[in-house]
Amino acid sequence: MNSNIFIVIAASAIFYGTPLFFAALGGVFTERSGVLNLGVEGMMLIGGVTGAWASLHVGGSAWFTVVAAICIAMAAGAAVAALHAFLCVTLKANQTVAGLSITIFAGAVGLSSYFANIWKVAENPVTRQIRKLDVLGLADAPIVGPLLFNHTILTYASWVMCAVASWYLFRTKIGLQLRAVGESPQTADAMGISVVKYRYIHTMLGGALAGLGGAFYSLAIVPTWVDGMTKGAGWIAIALVIFGFWRPGLTLLGAYLFGALQSLGTVLKSRSYDIPGDVLDALPFVMTIVVLVLVSTRFAHKRIGAPAALGVPYEREER
Amino acid sequence: MKSPIRLERRLEQPRWLNWAIPLISLLGALVVGGLVLLATGKNPLDVYWRILDRGFLSERSITGTLRTATPLAFTGLCAAAAFRLGVINIGGEGQLYVGAVGAALVGLWMGGSAPVGITIIVMVVAGMVFGAMYASIVGVLRSQFNTNEIITSLMLNYIAGIILNYLIFNSRSYWRDPRSVGFPSGKPLEERTHWPTYELFGFSVAFGFLLAIAAAVVLWVIYKRSRLGFEIGIIADSPRAARYVGIRTKWTIVAVTAMSGALAGIGGASQVGDFAHYLDAKGLQLNNFGYTGIVVAALARLNPLGAILVAVLLGGLTNAGYSLQGPDFPSGLVGTLQGLILFTAVAGEILTKYRLRSNRAGTKAVAA
Repeated sequence: MNSNIFIVIAASAIFYGTPLFFAALGGVFTERSGVLNLGVEGMMLIGGVTGAWASLHVGGSAWFTVVAAICIAMAAGAAVAALHAFLCVTLKANQTVAGLSITIFAGAVGLSSYFANIWKVAENPVTRQIRKLDVLGLADAPIVGPLLFNHTILTYASWVMCAVASWYLFRTKIGLQLRAVGESPQTADAMGISVVKYRYIHTMLGGALAGLGGAFYSLAIVPTWVDGMTKGAGWIAIALVIFGFWRPGLTLLGAYLFGALQSLGTVLKSRSYDIPGDVLDALPFVMTIVVLVLVSTRFAHKRIGAPAALGVPYEREER
Repeated sequence: MKSPIRLERRLEQPRWLNWAIPLISLLGALVVGGLVLLATGKNPLDVYWRILDRGFLSERSITGTLRTATPLAFTGLCAAAAFRLGVINIGGEGQLYVGAVGAALVGLWMGGSAPVGITIIVMVVAGMVFGAMYASIVGVLRSQFNTNEIITSLMLNYIAGIILNYLIFNSRSYWRDPRSVGFPSGKPLEERTHWPTYELFGFSVAFGFLLAIAAAVVLWVIYKRSRLGFEIGIIADSPRAARYVGIRTKWTIVAVTAMSGALAGIGGASQVGDFAHYLDAKGLQLNNFGYTGIVVAALARLNPLGAILVAVLLGGLTNAGYSLQGPDFPSGLVGTLQGLILFTAVAGEILTKYRLRSNRAGTKAVAA
């Protein structure tokens, strides 16, 4: 029953979709504040390499090491995001090019690879991994076992985060103010909300979540450090924010859809289906373009949810 | 708390900023890079000296630098051409791969039969056409459906990489050398298809590099003297205004994106014709020429002639990285420095809009 191919694909969609969701949820927060973050890929890789380093070098019990690695990866992602916020918010730079500069600086052949090299992370496989749990001993239960009771702690955390994020954005005063900053910073500023503070905090929160997603790659999926291991996941996450209409719940669904596409290659290959591996490898990228086109055509005039001030630096003197 | 420095809006942009900003950016990148090196236990001055030495200070190193600068010049022009219109085509990487595929195809096909000159011209044209067609996907989606070109062009980079792998490693394609059994590689091109090298001032300069200079001059003329260049300027400043005065913005977006892809495509053709002489699936993907091209364009402030100069500069950095790579010069260092250069170039743009003023008594200019 549980080896049914659809169940296997659904279960691995959740597994592979989890880091995509973290990064995309970070993107939702960042973009809701009006900052476009194209540096997600770089932040994920920095999170991945620092997480791998921590899991090799932080002593203590297995749980302690994993928690420390996650915290360090999130802090590193937030630190890189602070650079992005500095460019975009303080210096009011072009957000598109600023994000690209972050990805090139931190990305596959940049700082993450440099760190991996000087810390000698790649030579050692990660020993303290984030493992799948057997919740309530139900991991082998038919159908619901692999779907609900056999995931890593971070996947369960992501479900909680999804609910909390929705509540935060749409049911709290701070969330309302955050959306105001992203929709109309002038109005928010007039209301006495600090545009700068909200943008810094939520850009850094986005970076922390991207770092967490990166750590999921180096600690759970692969699980060892490989240069450029996220292979474009950060960019897919940016597209997911658009597919999810800047809403956490829809973003989660989108992440699992792309998780399924990413896992399809591994699953089908292991069952010796005769489909060329390259076609499967290209599938997530092709689908990203297809879905992006669909979303942009149908809602070309009324893009549901896009923050009106997204990508526009706020300059108080320019009213 | 009052910050010691405040920003004051510039009313006009002085011309000297055009070269001052790149210089300040470069200097800033070296300082920040030095801090990263210090923090990781390296001596920055030592590292920088070795980069200078291996990149620029001998005939051999300059020859290598010009060789690396060739693809960077093309991808830099590719990025600059599109960015100037406000189309963020970051697909130079994939467009370069596809251009290489096209040039290798006609190079293999025409082989030893056609006259040398014609073969080379056809290879260049094939690179352009393939690159332009690949980039047109981005341009058409952007102009017809307003699809975010950044993500589409980036996805196409990954797809182009997969196409390369398929052609050489995972299929028995026309490009693959049937004799390569253990480790698959591209079919070698006939010697007659190799592009010429010239000895200029004691350095060997690839034909492709001269092509890049020619392309930069053509672009410069387009911007300064042609109607298209004028329209590009208007669309970049205000797409709405452009539509009101009757400029076909959609057509221009497709045309410029295709042109931008064509430039990267010649870069790919030059990789085949000038250097590798086969479709080098692995080598093409190893170097990140397309992404570095974005750094080139930004530091040159989208000026095509400046892009050639910056390409040589970053070519030297990259080239030094190749020859120094080892235990005490880790990979990733060059990419980090390049990223920092882009980072400071982006930050430096603030100087075009604002001047920095001291907040203390009097209004003494602090910098710029």
